[in-house]
Amino acid sequence: MIRQILARLPLIALALVVLASLVLTNYRLTLVTYVMIYAIVCIALVLMTGVVGMVSFGQAAFVGIGAYATAYLTAELGLSPWLGLLVALTACGVAAYLIGQMTVRMSGHYLALVTLCFCISVYFLIGNTEVLGKFNGMTGIPPLSIAGYEMRSERSIFYVVLSGLALTSWWVRRILKGRVGRGLRSLRTGGLIAETFGVDANALRMMAFVSAAMLAGFSGWLYAHFQRFVNPTPFGVQMSIEYLFMVVIGGVGHIWGAILGAGLVTVIKQELQDVLRPFLGETTRLDMLVFSTLMVFMLIVARQGIWPLVVRAFAKWMPRPKPVMAIEIGNRRVMPPPQTVVLEAVAMRKTFGGLVAVDDVSFSISAGEVLGLLGPNGAGKSTLFNLITGVLPLSSGGIRLFAKELSVVDVREMCRRGVARTFQHVKLVPDMTLIENVAIGAASLGQKGLLGATFGLDRAEEQRILGWSMHLLQRVGLASRAWDLAGSLPLGHQRVLEIARALAADPFLLLLDEPAAGLRANEKTELAALLRSLRNSGLAILLVEHDMEFVASIADRLMVMNFGRRIAMGHPDSVRADPMVQDAYLGAAA
Amino acid sequence: MSFAIAVLLLQDGITNGAIYVLLAVALVLVFTVTRIVFIPQGDLVAFTGLTLTAFETGTVPGTVWILAAAAAIALAMDLMPLILRGRLDLAVRPLIEMGLIPGIIIALSLFAVPREASLLWKMAATLAVITALAPLMHRIVFQPLVSASPLILLIAAVAVHFGLTSLGLHFFGPEGVRTPGFTGPSISIFGFQFTQQSLGVIACSVLLSAGLYAFFSRALTGKALLAAAFNRRGAELIGVSAVGAGRRVALIAGLVGAISGLLIGPTTTLYYDSGFILGLKGLVGGIIGGLAGYPFAVAGALLVGVVEAFASFWASAYRDVIVFTLIIPVLFWRSMVAPHHEEETE
Amino acid sequence: MTMLEVDQFSVRYHSVVALNKISLRVEPGHVTTVIGPNGAGKTSLVNAIMGLHDYSGTLRFPFAPDATRTTEARVKARITLVPESRDLFGQMSVVDNLRLGAYIDRYQPRNEREGRLKEVFRLFPRLRERQSQLAYTLSGGERQMLALGRALLLRPYLLMLDEPSLGLAPLIVAEIFRIIQTLKDDGVSILLIEQNARAALKVADYAYVLENGTVTLEGKASDVANNPRVLDSYLGLGHKG
Repeated sequence: MIRQILARLPLIALALVVLASLVLTNYRLTLVTYVMIYAIVCIALVLMTGVVGMVSFGQAAFVGIGAYATAYLTAELGLSPWLGLLVALTACGVAAYLIGQMTVRMSGHYLALVTLCFCISVYFLIGNTEVLGKFNGMTGIPPLSIAGYEMRSERSIFYVVLSGLALTSWWVRRILKGRVGRGLRSLRTGGLIAETFGVDANALRMMAFVSAAMLAGFSGWLYAHFQRFVNPTPFGVQMSIEYLFMVVIGGVGHIWGAILGAGLVTVIKQELQDVLRPFLGETTRLDMLVFSTLMVFMLIVARQGIWPLVVRAFAKWMPRPKPVMAIEIGNRRVMPPPQTVVLEAVAMRKTFGGLVAVDDVSFSISAGEVLGLLGPNGAGKSTLFNLITGVLPLSSGGIRLFAKELSVVDVREMCRRGVARTFQHVKLVPDMTLIENVAIGAASLGQKGLLGATFGLDRAEEQRILGWSMHLLQRVGLASRAWDLAGSLPLGHQRVLEIARALAADPFLLLLDEPAAGLRANEKTELAALLRSLRNSGLAILLVEHDMEFVASIADRLMVMNFGRRIAMGHPDSVRADPMVQDAYLGAAA
Repeated sequence: MSFAIAVLLLQDGITNGAIYVLLAVALVLVFTVTRIVFIPQGDLVAFTGLTLTAFETGTVPGTVWILAAAAAIALAMDLMPLILRGRLDLAVRPLIEMGLIPGIIIALSLFAVPREASLLWKMAATLAVITALAPLMHRIVFQPLVSASPLILLIAAVAVHFGLTSLGLHFFGPEGVRTPGFTGPSISIFGFQFTQQSLGVIACSVLLSAGLYAFFSRALTGKALLAAAFNRRGAELIGVSAVGAGRRVALIAGLVGAISGLLIGPTTTLYYDSGFILGLKGLVGGIIGGLAGYPFAVAGALLVGVVEAFASFWASAYRDVIVFTLIIPVLFWRSMVAPHHEEETE
Repeated sequence: MTMLEVDQFSVRYHSVVALNKISLRVEPGHVTTVIGPNGAGKTSLVNAIMGLHDYSGTLRFPFAPDATRTTEARVKARITLVPESRDLFGQMSVVDNLRLGAYIDRYQPRNEREGRLKEVFRLFPRLRERQSQLAYTLSGGERQMLALGRALLLRPYLLMLDEPSLGLAPLIVAEIFRIIQTLKDDGVSILLIEQNARAALKVADYAYVLENGTVTLEGKASDVANNPRVLDSYLGLGHKG
């Protein structure tokens, strides 16, 4: 019973609100309308801050741009509010795109600060502009009208705003689920995961930023036609911060949290003054002190926000995920015949300032072969790895893929060409499930974008990608935990999960960066078996490792590096017998 | 614009900039050690002016009551767990830090600062009250949040700012104040006239920021605070507690805030809510310096001051628009040149 | 006097039990090792002993009874930990990292502290070469040396090492274990957490095997090393030097 309620929570909540609206007083209706207008902005923040991890202090400014755009068009020029909506969305989108051009590439606090400055500028700009009524604001904004019916009453606009909120949450929920959503959700751990699997991280960030701004503009448009007058006060930095606070209190990554947070903060602020007046006197301003005390208190006791607490309380009854049928995708890459040279590095060189990290290293790797790369710490193995994957640009030399010289080695391009990798320090998205993590790897196999997700055109593709991910989980032996969160796995399994994710890109060359580090003996045995079977299926594997025994047990050839140079290459036994190798790497102990 | 006006504006800008330098340095300091964007820093500046004015008029400033309440709450927060665990032997330190020291400051402010006392003595009392507030704020709000994300800390800082503004309005009312400052004939350097006030401001700012710079790049104690910023656990393992480091840094920030308030008070009208924009301008200056490097923070804050001075001459109403818009490309440039350190590259 | 005693010692993360009522002692001048697979709770053990994580049960440092109050108090009693994550101050120079190791002795004569620095440089000549480099530019092995060196500047009585050989090349592992032996000879009491069971058991006097949060085996290191089950699961494949 509870499970069924939870599964249909959005619809039930919607129905309850509609029912409640029939009995609420106008005062309450107005209050709830404000909550819903704020909630739209908050949901946009969930998308941008909660999911992608970009903190913006500019949300209120975008609300303001939306509100003033429609106010000017309708009150000043007498145009239709619907044209106002179009202009409001466009204005916010363009403004966000321009700022985004600068900011989405920025790290951490720079983005926050630019949006902060933007918000202050917009506030003072509006407040000092004659045609926008300066700090006094603009009046005479017409109500919305649909088919000649004017939404003047509290109740009618209430339903409009409610539909707006429902639409917003439906849309954000929808895009977070599919291929684009997985990409967005991976960004909070940095852009490298997305880039490694062929997704343009900055384009996604820009998308989130512009979408959030347009949703804020939408909220501003509703606000203007609901209040029917605007002034700059609700569009200042303080309001931006209040939106962030709402989201944090509700639970920063959750749509329901945004709605809950908007509701709590708005209602508490509104009611606090009435409640406190008898105690503190008629003219008190200390309600703000009480409010901020509550804020701090909530942050201390429920840092994750309230919604995650609710989720935890109802965890038992949360709807079960739909089972996914494991399938192999149809149009798999055709594996080259064994012994075909897949990748060839020619005199690769990388210098950092005066330091030569990789010094004219050449090697090749063929289909159906495991090449082990060994070397002491600081020998240049990681740098070499980063050169092949395109994380670092080459200083000189070249890389050939199937005997074709690559002009630029680009991280995303390498994935599309069939080269996939794992990371030395495991990089998974800890709060996504195993199957979703694997599906990130298959991002380059799908095409559907934002529009596809919006209109549900990605269903077949999703089924294919998830089925393929499930297939790979089975292959590495993690299928039974497909719906657990990746963060809950022990390190050994996380490394295996990374391999599954790399396989999801359907590569013919697999680059593994210390996959056995930190594994116990029997886990290493399992890993070795998995790698052998992958090799036998025709994959080329480059394996960077420390553990000589482990590498020697599966590698066909070994390459040893020291001080950035290749010092040995060949059959494991002959390489291990090489006195130079013993000296540099194994030491007297071996 | 004539050359004379330009020089005047430049001087004005540098004087204002010198205050922003102090704000920026304090904010950078708090941020590097604790990851808190310490928005209340501006409020401390504004409260300094308001407190000094209250002493001037012979009334007890509201900040004294705020201090008393904060000390009581902080003391209760520290003592409660000790009482529950029956470890009263550990209560000595909190009793001194949260009880005795604020108690002395409160008693002095109540009984030893009459209206006819000298300005210097009143300034000292103001300095003590404001400086003592900052570590208590840290104890009450930020210590429980010690492991929280920067976003949470920022929201908490804003909450503190809201609370302080509300208290400021309650105690000091909406009127603005100007405090007395250095007076005397202006001094001529290279043919330009400088007021003693602006020279004093610049000198204090230079001395203070240079002193802090030396403290953090030379002294082991200063380095230990930075160590707590770079790696909290590493710092714990050498005997530097994150909480202790945070409190010490808050103390320094409080002192710097109080000094900035005394310096800015004579030239700028301070209201109960002036702190926010002041703090933001300092913050922007600090960010131009990458929230890390002191020399850059100083340059950034001076730039903000100068841009503001010229902007208010050309388009007074759009002053803040110009300041904050011009900052955006500078930020962009900073973010491009800022080094991207990856902690775990091997 | 015994350096460390834990009894009925439990650590939990949220609802997950990492350590379940374990008992363990470290005798003065001994190397005591705790071996076991990943996720057995080894790191939780040392973090809790160091006061970096909450625990329940008894924890005593008989040689310094007050040290259980805070992490700071432990450091003042010359108890420290070289964590698995090294936790260096990446943006500071190598020599600053080392000097900060003697932070609690900052009011003592500078000569004495500089003397310790020289000793550490003698143990790790590589660190002397790199003393003005920023710590984050070091290689993995050098980082481990720096973390160890920083701990040695404290002149520790009880030193805990969490996986000092993790992710290092064999040559460097051998060097690290040589230094552990040197410290032991100098009388430092050591609690050594290791996955490299072979090397750990060679240097240790006493050993505990930790699996799934409980001690499944303990005894003299030489006995543990010859236990058939240990031979099989920890000294087996992949460690035939």
